[in-house]
Amino acid sequence: MIEVRFFAALRERVGNDNMTVSPPETVNTVAKLADWLTEQDPRVAQALAATPRRMVAVNEVLATEDAVICDGDVVALFPPVTGG
Amino acid sequence: MKTRIEIRNGPLDSTEPAAWLGDAGLSGAQVQFAGQVRDEQGRVEALHLEHYPGMTESVLSTIVEQAATQWHLNGAWVVHRVGTISPGDDIVQVAVSAAHRQAAFEACAFIMDLLKTRAPFWKKELIGGRWFWVEARERDAEAAAAWLQGLSGHELP
Repeated sequence: MIEVRFFAALRERVGNDNMTVSPPETVNTVAKLADWLTEQDPRVAQALAATPRRMVAVNEVLATEDAVICDGDVVALFPPVTGG
Repeated sequence: MKTRIEIRNGPLDSTEPAAWLGDAGLSGAQVQFAGQVRDEQGRVEALHLEHYPGMTESVLSTIVEQAATQWHLNGAWVVHRVGTISPGDDIVQVAVSAAHRQAAFEACAFIMDLLKTRAPFWKKELIGGRWFWVEARERDAEAAAAWLQGLSGHELP
């Protein structure tokens, strides 16, 4: 299982701040997970399409779209940060 | 080196960092930056900030550790506000102490520039009774990239 978390505008577009999913083993990177979620869930598909620039974190560490993910990971997707 | 990293859901006191960093003569320089809410000619009624609890603190710690490998610092204070904030109020305080001013100036700017592009905070503005998410600025990304280009072998994740 993988926990997916959404923040800020992306969370509002998805309508949920997290979901737990069990993708097939071939879904082994952040980019593949995003593609898989897009196929599975029209709401997520719409939200991701409306957020062309995004950042990702795996287990609370900033990562890239090609970062490898595995069972038990927490993958966060969010718009570019705007603190400070 | 002493470090204070905190996410606060409440007002910041501008005198706190200097008092906390005070070290009775060890440091010859203290630099403090305060980021404040602009009202954009009276348009912005309030700002609301959310963050990613847990990740925020660890990103801020990593940035401070990175600064400490580049400059000899005696103390670093990074306190960031979340929740709803009024125009003119402080959003973030970054303060550092060091033996000499150049290290303090540079480390303070470095921490702030990396915070802007890496720490998971998001802002929205209340304008005309409606909330709008603030878009990230390209020039913030360029400022952070400029620092990182100058640092070899210490690439942050």
